[in-house]
Amino acid sequence: MAKQSIVPFGPQHPVLPEPVHLDLVLEDEVVVKAVPSIGFVHRGLEKLVETKDFKEYVYIAERVCGICSFGHGMGYCQSVEHILGVEVPRRADYLRTIWMEMSRIHSHLLWLGLLADAMGFESLFMQSWRLREKILDMFDATTGGRIIFSVNCIGGVLKDMDNGMLRRLVETLDSIERDLRPLADTFLQDYTVGTRLIGLGVLKGEDATLAGAVGPMLRASGVGYDARQLGYAAYNDLDFAPVTAQEGDSYARCQVRIQEIYQSIRLIRQAADKIPNGPISVPVKGNPNGEYFQRIEQPRGEAVYYVKGSGGKFIDRFRLRTPTTSNIPPMLDMLKGCQLADVPLLILTIDPCISCTER
Amino acid sequence: MEQGKNTIEPVKAEDFLPAVIHCKMQGWRLVQLCATRLPGRYELSYSFAKDLALRTLRLVVDETDRVPSITQIYPGAFLQENEMAELFGVQVADISRDYRQKLYRIARETPFKEKG
Repeated sequence: MAKQSIVPFGPQHPVLPEPVHLDLVLEDEVVVKAVPSIGFVHRGLEKLVETKDFKEYVYIAERVCGICSFGHGMGYCQSVEHILGVEVPRRADYLRTIWMEMSRIHSHLLWLGLLADAMGFESLFMQSWRLREKILDMFDATTGGRIIFSVNCIGGVLKDMDNGMLRRLVETLDSIERDLRPLADTFLQDYTVGTRLIGLGVLKGEDATLAGAVGPMLRASGVGYDARQLGYAAYNDLDFAPVTAQEGDSYARCQVRIQEIYQSIRLIRQAADKIPNGPISVPVKGNPNGEYFQRIEQPRGEAVYYVKGSGGKFIDRFRLRTPTTSNIPPMLDMLKGCQLADVPLLILTIDPCISCTER
Repeated sequence: MEQGKNTIEPVKAEDFLPAVIHCKMQGWRLVQLCATRLPGRYELSYSFAKDLALRTLRLVVDETDRVPSITQIYPGAFLQENEMAELFGVQVADISRDYRQKLYRIARETPFKEKG
Protein backbone atom coordinates (compact mmCIF):
# COMPACT_ATOMS: atom_id res chain seq x y z
CA MET A 1 0.00 0.00 0.00
CA ALA A 2 1.27 3.47 -0.87
CA LYS A 3 2.07 5.86 1.93
CA GLN A 4 -0.96 7.82 3.07
CA SER A 5 -0.98 11.43 4.14
CA ILE A 6 -3.73 13.66 5.45
CA VAL A 7 -4.26 17.12 4.00
CA PRO A 8 -6.67 19.46 5.80
CA PHE A 9 -8.99 21.29 3.41
CA GLY A 10 -10.79 24.36 4.76
CA PRO A 11 -12.66 25.53 6.77
CA GLN A 12 -11.50 28.70 5.02
CA HIS A 13 -10.74 28.11 1.35
CA PRO A 14 -10.73 30.49 -1.65
CA VAL A 15 -13.48 28.59 -3.50
CA LEU A 16 -15.75 28.20 -0.48
CA PRO A 17 -17.83 31.21 0.53
CA GLU A 18 -18.74 29.41 3.77
CA PRO A 19 -16.77 27.30 6.23
CA VAL A 20 -16.55 23.53 5.76
CA HIS A 21 -13.60 21.37 6.63
CA LEU A 22 -12.46 18.09 5.11
CA ASP A 23 -9.63 15.84 6.16
CA LEU A 24 -8.44 14.44 2.85
CA VAL A 25 -6.63 11.10 3.10
CA LEU A 26 -4.28 10.93 0.10
CA GLU A 27 -2.16 8.30 -1.61
CA ASP A 28 0.26 10.39 -3.64
CA GLU A 29 -2.14 13.05 -4.99
CA VAL A 30 -5.21 10.81 -5.16
CA VAL A 31 -7.96 11.14 -2.54
CA VAL A 32 -8.81 7.79 -0.96
CA LYS A 33 -11.06 9.08 1.79
CA ALA A 34 -12.61 12.36 2.90
CA VAL A 35 -13.82 13.03 6.44
CA PRO A 36 -16.05 16.10 6.68
CA SER A 37 -16.41 18.48 9.62
CA ILE A 38 -19.14 21.06 9.59
CA GLY A 39 -20.74 23.02 12.40
CA PHE A 40 -18.65 26.17 12.46
CA VAL A 41 -21.67 28.46 12.12
CA HIS A 42 -24.61 26.56 13.64
CA ARG A 43 -27.28 29.08 14.66
CA GLY A 44 -30.10 27.00 16.18
CA LEU A 45 -32.80 28.64 14.04
CA GLU A 46 -35.05 25.57 14.24
CA LYS A 47 -35.25 25.98 18.01
CA LEU A 48 -36.32 29.63 17.78
CA VAL A 49 -39.71 28.38 16.62
CA GLU A 50 -40.46 27.55 20.28
CA THR A 51 -40.29 31.21 21.31
CA LYS A 52 -41.66 33.03 18.25
CA ASP A 53 -45.26 33.38 17.21
CA PHE A 54 -45.83 31.01 14.28
CA LYS A 55 -46.76 33.93 12.02
CA GLU A 56 -43.61 35.84 12.91
CA TYR A 57 -41.40 32.79 12.38
CA VAL A 58 -41.79 33.19 8.59
CA TYR A 59 -39.15 35.94 8.79
CA ILE A 60 -36.75 33.65 10.65
CA ALA A 61 -37.32 30.78 8.19
CA GLU A 62 -36.36 33.16 5.38
CA ARG A 63 -33.10 33.98 7.10
CA VAL A 64 -31.89 30.38 7.06
CA CYS A 65 -30.11 31.22 3.82
CA GLY A 66 -29.52 34.30 1.71
CA ILE A 67 -29.93 32.51 -1.61
CA CYS A 68 -32.89 30.19 -1.04
CA SER A 69 -34.57 32.65 1.33
CA PHE A 70 -37.83 32.88 -0.60
CA GLY A 71 -38.21 29.09 -0.77
CA HIS A 72 -37.59 28.64 2.94
CA GLY A 73 -40.31 31.14 3.77
CA MET A 74 -42.66 29.50 1.27
CA GLY A 75 -41.96 25.94 2.46
CA TYR A 76 -42.64 26.91 6.07
CA CYS A 77 -45.83 28.78 5.15
CA GLN A 78 -47.15 25.90 3.04
CA SER A 79 -46.61 23.44 5.92
CA VAL A 80 -48.49 25.65 8.38
CA GLU A 81 -51.23 26.40 5.84
CA HIS A 82 -51.74 22.67 5.28
CA ILE A 83 -52.13 22.04 9.02
CA LEU A 84 -54.54 24.97 9.37
CA GLY A 85 -56.51 23.89 6.30
CA VAL A 86 -55.99 27.32 4.71
CA GLU A 87 -56.53 27.55 0.98
CA VAL A 88 -54.23 30.20 -0.43
CA PRO A 89 -55.70 32.40 -3.22
CA ARG A 90 -54.62 31.23 -6.65
CA ARG A 91 -52.98 34.55 -7.46
CA ALA A 92 -50.73 34.12 -4.40
CA ASP A 93 -49.77 30.64 -5.64
CA TYR A 94 -48.73 32.13 -8.97
CA LEU A 95 -46.77 34.95 -7.35
CA ARG A 96 -44.98 32.44 -5.14
CA THR A 97 -44.12 30.37 -8.20
CA ILE A 98 -42.75 33.41 -10.04
CA TRP A 99 -40.54 34.46 -7.12
CA MET A 100 -39.44 30.86 -6.59
CA GLU A 101 -38.29 30.57 -10.21
CA MET A 102 -36.56 33.95 -10.02
CA SER A 103 -34.69 32.55 -7.00
CA ARG A 104 -33.64 29.53 -9.05
CA ILE A 105 -32.27 31.76 -11.83
CA HIS A 106 -30.45 33.89 -9.26
CA SER A 107 -28.99 30.84 -7.49
CA HIS A 108 -27.83 29.09 -10.66
CA LEU A 109 -26.22 32.27 -12.05
CA LEU A 110 -24.46 32.78 -8.75
CA TRP A 111 -23.20 29.18 -8.91
CA LEU A 112 -22.00 29.61 -12.51
CA GLY A 113 -20.00 32.65 -11.42
CA LEU A 114 -18.46 30.75 -8.51
CA LEU A 115 -17.60 27.86 -10.82
CA ALA A 116 -15.87 30.20 -13.29
CA ASP A 117 -14.02 31.88 -10.42
CA ALA A 118 -12.86 28.49 -9.08
CA MET A 119 -11.40 27.71 -12.50
CA GLY A 120 -9.67 31.11 -12.64
CA PHE A 121 -11.88 32.22 -15.54
CA GLU A 122 -12.50 35.68 -14.11
CA SER A 123 -14.19 37.31 -17.11
CA LEU A 124 -16.75 34.48 -17.19
CA PHE A 125 -17.29 34.94 -13.45
CA MET A 126 -17.95 38.65 -13.90
CA GLN A 127 -20.30 38.14 -16.85
CA SER A 128 -22.31 35.55 -14.88
CA TRP A 129 -22.73 37.86 -11.92
CA ARG A 130 -23.47 40.84 -14.16
CA LEU A 131 -26.43 38.85 -15.45
CA ARG A 132 -27.43 37.92 -11.92
CA GLU A 133 -27.68 41.62 -11.07
CA LYS A 134 -30.65 41.91 -13.43
CA ILE A 135 -32.58 39.33 -11.41
CA LEU A 136 -31.60 40.99 -8.13
CA ASP A 137 -32.86 44.30 -9.54
CA MET A 138 -36.18 42.62 -10.39
CA PHE A 139 -36.40 41.24 -6.85
CA ASP A 140 -35.81 44.76 -5.61
CA ALA A 141 -38.51 46.14 -7.89
CA THR A 142 -41.10 43.47 -7.01
CA THR A 143 -40.45 42.88 -3.31
CA GLY A 144 -38.32 45.77 -2.06
CA GLY A 145 -35.44 43.46 -1.16
CA ARG A 146 -32.57 41.89 -3.06
CA ILE A 147 -31.79 38.97 -0.75
CA ILE A 148 -34.42 38.80 2.00
CA PHE A 149 -37.84 39.57 0.60
CA SER A 150 -40.37 39.09 3.43
CA VAL A 151 -43.25 38.70 1.01
CA ASN A 152 -44.53 35.35 2.26
CA CYS A 153 -47.10 35.20 5.00
CA ILE A 154 -49.32 32.47 6.37
CA GLY A 155 -52.32 32.62 4.03
CA GLY A 156 -50.66 34.05 0.92
CA VAL A 157 -48.23 36.81 0.06
CA LEU A 158 -47.86 40.44 1.15
CA LYS A 159 -47.08 42.08 -2.19
CA ASP A 160 -48.64 41.95 -5.62
CA MET A 161 -47.32 42.61 -9.12
CA ASP A 162 -49.45 44.68 -11.45
CA ASN A 163 -49.56 44.05 -15.20
CA GLY A 164 -46.88 46.65 -15.88
CA MET A 165 -44.54 44.98 -13.43
CA LEU A 166 -45.19 41.53 -14.90
CA ARG A 167 -44.49 42.91 -18.39
CA ARG A 168 -41.23 44.46 -17.19
CA LEU A 169 -40.26 41.18 -15.55
CA VAL A 170 -40.84 39.24 -18.79
CA GLU A 171 -38.83 41.82 -20.77
CA THR A 172 -35.96 41.50 -18.28
CA LEU A 173 -36.10 37.72 -18.66
CA ASP A 174 -35.95 38.12 -22.47
CA SER A 175 -32.72 40.09 -22.11
CA ILE A 176 -31.30 37.58 -19.58
CA GLU A 177 -32.09 34.72 -21.97
CA ARG A 178 -30.37 36.58 -24.82
CA ASP A 179 -27.29 37.41 -22.73
CA LEU A 180 -27.09 33.91 -21.26
CA ARG A 181 -26.60 32.18 -24.63
CA PRO A 182 -22.94 33.21 -25.18
CA LEU A 183 -22.20 32.46 -21.51
CA ALA A 184 -23.82 29.03 -21.74
CA ASP A 185 -21.84 28.32 -24.91
CA THR A 186 -18.62 29.18 -23.10
CA PHE A 187 -19.44 26.97 -20.12
CA LEU A 188 -20.48 24.05 -22.29
CA GLN A 189 -18.14 24.33 -25.30
CA ASP A 190 -14.94 26.00 -24.10
CA TYR A 191 -12.00 23.61 -24.26
CA THR A 192 -10.48 24.67 -20.93
CA VAL A 193 -13.78 24.44 -19.06
CA GLY A 194 -14.37 21.02 -20.59
CA THR A 195 -10.99 19.70 -19.46
CA ARG A 196 -11.78 20.71 -15.88
CA LEU A 197 -15.33 19.33 -15.77
CA ILE A 198 -15.75 16.38 -18.12
CA GLY A 199 -15.34 13.06 -16.33
CA LEU A 200 -14.78 14.71 -12.95
CA GLY A 201 -16.71 13.30 -9.98
CA VAL A 202 -18.88 10.79 -11.79
CA LEU A 203 -21.95 9.72 -9.81
CA LYS A 204 -24.09 6.98 -11.34
CA GLY A 205 -27.85 7.26 -11.03
CA GLU A 206 -28.25 4.27 -8.70
CA ASP A 207 -25.44 5.49 -6.42
CA ALA A 208 -26.90 8.98 -6.38
CA THR A 209 -30.29 7.67 -5.25
CA LEU A 210 -28.77 5.35 -2.64
CA ALA A 211 -26.59 8.09 -1.18
CA GLY A 212 -29.55 10.49 -1.03
CA ALA A 213 -28.54 13.03 -3.69
CA VAL A 214 -31.16 15.62 -4.62
CA GLY A 215 -31.69 18.41 -7.12
CA PRO A 216 -29.41 19.08 -10.10
CA MET A 217 -26.90 16.63 -8.63
CA LEU A 218 -29.45 13.80 -8.84
CA ARG A 219 -30.86 14.84 -12.20
CA ALA A 220 -27.36 15.12 -13.72
CA SER A 221 -27.06 11.39 -12.95
CA GLY A 222 -30.08 10.61 -15.10
CA VAL A 223 -32.75 10.43 -12.37
CA GLY A 224 -35.76 12.50 -13.40
CA TYR A 225 -37.08 13.50 -9.97
CA ASP A 226 -38.03 17.11 -9.36
CA ALA A 227 -40.21 18.02 -6.34
CA ARG A 228 -42.04 20.61 -8.45
CA GLN A 229 -43.83 17.61 -10.01
CA LEU A 230 -45.72 17.37 -6.70
CA GLY A 231 -47.76 20.29 -8.01
CA TYR A 232 -47.56 22.69 -5.05
CA ALA A 233 -48.11 26.45 -5.57
CA ALA A 234 -48.98 26.93 -9.29
CA TYR A 235 -46.75 24.18 -10.70
CA ASN A 236 -49.73 21.91 -11.41
CA ASP A 237 -50.95 24.52 -13.95
CA LEU A 238 -47.60 24.87 -15.69
CA ASP A 239 -46.04 22.71 -18.35
CA PHE A 240 -42.54 21.45 -17.57
CA ALA A 241 -40.46 18.28 -17.31
CA PRO A 242 -37.38 17.68 -15.13
CA VAL A 243 -34.08 18.58 -16.82
CA THR A 244 -31.76 15.58 -16.80
CA ALA A 245 -28.36 14.53 -18.09
CA GLN A 246 -26.91 11.03 -18.18
CA GLU A 247 -23.17 11.34 -17.57
CA GLY A 248 -23.31 12.14 -13.85
CA ASP A 249 -20.06 14.15 -13.95
CA SER A 250 -19.33 17.79 -13.10
CA TYR A 251 -20.00 18.84 -16.70
CA ALA A 252 -23.46 17.24 -16.54
CA ARG A 253 -24.22 19.11 -13.31
CA CYS A 254 -23.25 22.38 -15.02
CA GLN A 255 -25.35 21.45 -18.06
CA VAL A 256 -28.43 20.73 -15.92
CA ARG A 257 -28.18 24.02 -14.04
CA ILE A 258 -27.83 26.03 -17.27
CA GLN A 259 -30.84 24.28 -18.81
CA GLU A 260 -32.79 24.91 -15.61
CA ILE A 261 -32.22 28.66 -15.99
CA TYR A 262 -33.90 28.49 -19.41
CA GLN A 263 -36.63 26.31 -17.91
CA SER A 264 -37.27 28.83 -15.11
CA ILE A 265 -37.55 31.64 -17.68
CA ARG A 266 -40.17 29.60 -19.58
CA LEU A 267 -42.05 28.84 -16.35
CA ILE A 268 -42.19 32.52 -15.36
CA ARG A 269 -43.47 33.44 -18.85
CA GLN A 270 -46.21 30.80 -18.52
CA ALA A 271 -47.11 31.99 -15.02
CA ALA A 272 -47.20 35.64 -16.13
CA ASP A 273 -49.59 34.65 -18.94
CA LYS A 274 -51.89 32.57 -16.76
CA ILE A 275 -51.91 34.46 -13.46
CA PRO A 276 -55.53 35.03 -12.41
CA ASN A 277 -56.88 38.21 -10.85
CA GLY A 278 -58.02 38.18 -7.26
CA PRO A 279 -56.83 38.57 -3.70
CA ILE A 280 -53.28 37.72 -2.67
CA SER A 281 -53.95 36.50 0.86
CA VAL A 282 -56.70 35.25 3.12
CA PRO A 283 -57.13 35.92 6.85
CA VAL A 284 -55.90 33.11 9.07
CA LYS A 285 -57.69 32.18 12.26
CA GLY A 286 -56.59 29.77 14.98
CA ASN A 287 -53.29 28.12 15.71
CA PRO A 288 -51.73 25.08 14.05
CA ASN A 289 -52.69 21.79 15.67
CA GLY A 290 -51.20 18.86 13.81
CA GLU A 291 -48.15 18.01 11.75
CA TYR A 292 -47.11 17.96 8.11
CA PHE A 293 -44.09 17.18 5.96
CA GLN A 294 -43.84 19.54 3.00
CA ARG A 295 -41.38 19.06 0.14
CA ILE A 296 -40.40 21.77 -2.31
CA GLU A 297 -37.74 22.02 -5.00
CA GLN A 298 -35.20 24.62 -3.96
CA PRO A 299 -32.51 25.65 -6.49
CA ARG A 300 -30.08 23.19 -4.89
CA GLY A 301 -32.63 20.38 -4.69
CA GLU A 302 -35.48 18.98 -2.65
CA ALA A 303 -35.95 20.57 0.77
CA VAL A 304 -38.23 19.12 3.46
CA TYR A 305 -40.17 21.28 5.94
CA TYR A 306 -41.73 19.59 8.95
CA VAL A 307 -44.02 21.52 11.26
CA LYS A 308 -45.71 20.17 14.37
CA GLY A 309 -48.06 22.27 16.44
CA SER A 310 -50.36 21.51 19.37
CA GLY A 311 -52.83 24.36 19.15
CA GLY A 312 -50.72 27.12 20.70
CA LYS A 313 -49.25 30.16 19.01
CA PHE A 314 -45.79 28.64 19.40
CA ILE A 315 -44.96 25.65 17.25
CA ASP A 316 -43.53 22.55 18.97
CA ARG A 317 -41.12 21.55 16.26
CA PHE A 318 -39.88 22.91 12.97
CA ARG A 319 -37.47 20.80 11.01
CA LEU A 320 -35.79 21.78 7.77
CA ARG A 321 -33.83 19.17 5.86
CA THR A 322 -31.86 21.19 3.38
CA PRO A 323 -30.57 19.96 0.00
CA THR A 324 -26.92 20.25 1.03
CA THR A 325 -27.51 17.94 4.03
CA SER A 326 -28.53 15.29 1.51
CA ASN A 327 -25.80 16.09 -1.00
CA ILE A 328 -22.81 15.89 1.36
CA PRO A 329 -22.80 12.03 1.66
CA PRO A 330 -22.72 11.50 -2.16
CA MET A 331 -20.08 14.21 -2.44
CA LEU A 332 -17.84 12.17 -0.12
CA ASP A 333 -18.30 9.16 -2.40
CA MET A 334 -17.38 11.25 -5.44
CA LEU A 335 -14.21 12.58 -3.84
CA LYS A 336 -12.74 9.08 -3.63
CA GLY A 337 -10.34 8.60 -6.51
CA CYS A 338 -10.12 12.23 -7.60
CA GLN A 339 -6.93 14.30 -7.76
CA LEU A 340 -6.20 16.71 -4.92
CA ALA A 341 -6.20 19.62 -7.39
CA ASP A 342 -9.76 18.79 -8.46
CA VAL A 343 -11.21 18.71 -4.92
CA PRO A 344 -12.25 22.42 -4.77
CA LEU A 345 -14.03 22.23 -8.11
CA LEU A 346 -15.73 18.96 -7.26
CA ILE A 347 -17.04 20.29 -3.95
CA LEU A 348 -18.34 23.34 -5.76
CA THR A 349 -20.29 21.25 -8.27
CA ILE A 350 -22.69 20.08 -5.55
CA ASP A 351 -23.41 23.80 -4.95
CA PRO A 352 -22.97 23.47 -1.17
CA CYS A 353 -24.82 25.82 1.14
CA ILE A 354 -23.40 25.63 4.64
CA SER A 355 -25.67 28.39 5.86
CA CYS A 356 -28.67 26.14 5.07
CA THR A 357 -27.01 23.04 6.50
CA GLU A 358 -26.17 24.79 9.77
CA ARG A 359 -29.47 26.59 10.10
CA MET B 1 -53.50 20.26 -5.06
CA GLU B 2 -50.38 18.28 -4.34
CA GLN B 3 -49.75 14.91 -5.92
CA GLY B 4 -48.49 11.81 -4.13
CA LYS B 5 -49.38 10.18 -0.83
CA ASN B 6 -47.91 11.66 2.34
CA THR B 7 -48.36 9.23 5.25
CA ILE B 8 -47.02 8.82 8.79
CA GLU B 9 -46.87 5.21 10.04
CA PRO B 10 -46.18 4.40 13.72
CA VAL B 11 -43.71 1.55 14.12
CA LYS B 12 -42.64 -0.43 17.22
CA ALA B 13 -38.98 -0.60 18.22
CA GLU B 14 -38.70 -4.30 17.36
CA ASP B 15 -40.22 -3.74 13.91
CA PHE B 16 -38.19 -0.64 13.12
CA LEU B 17 -35.12 -2.06 11.36
CA PRO B 18 -37.12 -4.65 9.38
CA ALA B 19 -39.39 -1.82 8.23
CA VAL B 20 -36.38 0.24 7.09
CA ILE B 21 -34.92 -2.78 5.28
CA HIS B 22 -38.30 -3.32 3.63
CA CYS B 23 -38.27 0.31 2.42
CA LYS B 24 -34.81 -0.23 0.95
CA MET B 25 -35.83 -3.48 -0.76
CA GLN B 26 -38.87 -1.76 -2.24
CA GLY B 27 -36.74 1.04 -3.70
CA TRP B 28 -37.69 3.87 -1.35
CA ARG B 29 -34.99 6.53 -1.02
CA LEU B 30 -34.18 8.15 2.32
CA VAL B 31 -35.49 11.70 2.51
CA GLN B 32 -34.97 12.90 6.07
CA LEU B 33 -34.54 12.00 9.75
CA CYS B 34 -36.01 14.12 12.50
CA ALA B 35 -36.22 14.03 16.29
CA THR B 36 -38.95 15.75 18.29
CA ARG B 37 -38.90 16.05 22.05
CA LEU B 38 -41.80 14.62 24.09
CA PRO B 39 -41.89 14.57 27.91
CA GLY B 40 -39.24 11.97 28.84
CA ARG B 41 -39.24 10.55 25.32
CA TYR B 42 -38.29 11.24 21.74
CA GLU B 43 -40.45 10.97 18.67
CA LEU B 44 -38.26 9.99 15.74
CA SER B 45 -39.41 10.37 12.14
CA TYR B 46 -37.73 8.61 9.24
CA SER B 47 -39.10 9.72 5.86
CA PHE B 48 -38.70 7.80 2.60
CA ALA B 49 -39.85 8.68 -0.89
CA LYS B 50 -40.65 6.69 -3.99
CA ASP B 51 -41.85 8.45 -7.12
CA LEU B 52 -44.02 11.21 -5.67
CA ALA B 53 -45.10 9.37 -2.50
CA LEU B 54 -43.67 10.19 0.93
CA ARG B 55 -43.79 7.66 3.75
CA THR B 56 -42.66 8.50 7.29
CA LEU B 57 -41.93 5.81 9.88
CA ARG B 58 -42.63 7.10 13.38
CA LEU B 59 -40.73 5.59 16.29
CA VAL B 60 -41.25 6.73 19.89
CA VAL B 61 -38.45 5.87 22.32
CA ASP B 62 -37.56 6.66 25.93
CA GLU B 63 -34.74 9.09 26.58
CA THR B 64 -32.50 6.28 27.80
CA ASP B 65 -33.23 3.89 24.91
CA ARG B 66 -30.56 3.20 22.33
CA VAL B 67 -31.82 3.51 18.78
CA PRO B 68 -30.15 1.43 16.08
CA SER B 69 -28.44 3.40 13.34
CA ILE B 70 -29.77 2.92 9.81
CA THR B 71 -26.42 3.76 8.20
CA GLN B 72 -25.82 0.08 7.38
CA ILE B 73 -28.95 0.26 5.22
CA TYR B 74 -28.87 3.91 4.10
CA PRO B 75 -25.24 5.08 4.39
CA GLY B 76 -26.20 8.70 3.72
CA ALA B 77 -28.08 8.90 7.04
CA PHE B 78 -24.95 9.47 9.11
CA LEU B 79 -25.10 13.26 9.07
CA GLN B 80 -28.68 13.46 10.26
CA GLU B 81 -28.20 10.72 12.87
CA ASN B 82 -25.25 12.65 14.31
CA GLU B 83 -27.45 15.73 14.34
CA MET B 84 -30.19 13.91 16.32
CA ALA B 85 -27.58 12.70 18.81
CA GLU B 86 -25.88 16.03 19.21
CA LEU B 87 -28.81 18.44 19.30
CA PHE B 88 -31.37 16.28 21.11
CA GLY B 89 -29.26 13.69 22.94
CA VAL B 90 -30.86 10.73 21.15
CA GLN B 91 -28.63 7.71 21.74
CA VAL B 92 -27.99 6.30 18.30
CA ALA B 93 -25.97 3.08 18.29
CA ASP B 94 -23.35 2.17 15.68
CA ILE B 95 -23.46 5.16 13.32
CA SER B 96 -21.01 4.41 10.51
CA ARG B 97 -19.40 7.86 10.90
CA ASP B 98 -19.97 8.76 14.53
CA TYR B 99 -18.75 12.28 15.34
CA ARG B 100 -19.29 11.67 19.09
CA GLN B 101 -20.71 15.14 19.85
CA LYS B 102 -18.19 16.88 17.59
CA LEU B 103 -20.34 17.54 14.50
CA TYR B 104 -21.38 21.03 15.55
CA ARG B 105 -19.25 23.56 17.44
CA ILE B 106 -21.94 24.59 19.88
CA ALA B 107 -21.62 26.08 23.36
CA ARG B 108 -24.20 23.83 25.07
CA GLU B 109 -24.62 20.07 25.07
CA THR B 110 -27.86 18.80 23.50
CA PRO B 111 -29.39 22.31 23.23
CA PHE B 112 -32.65 21.08 21.67
CA LYS B 113 -33.38 18.62 24.50
CA GLU B 114 -35.04 21.15 26.78
CA LYS B 115 -37.86 23.43 25.71
CA GLY B 116 -37.32 27.19 25.38
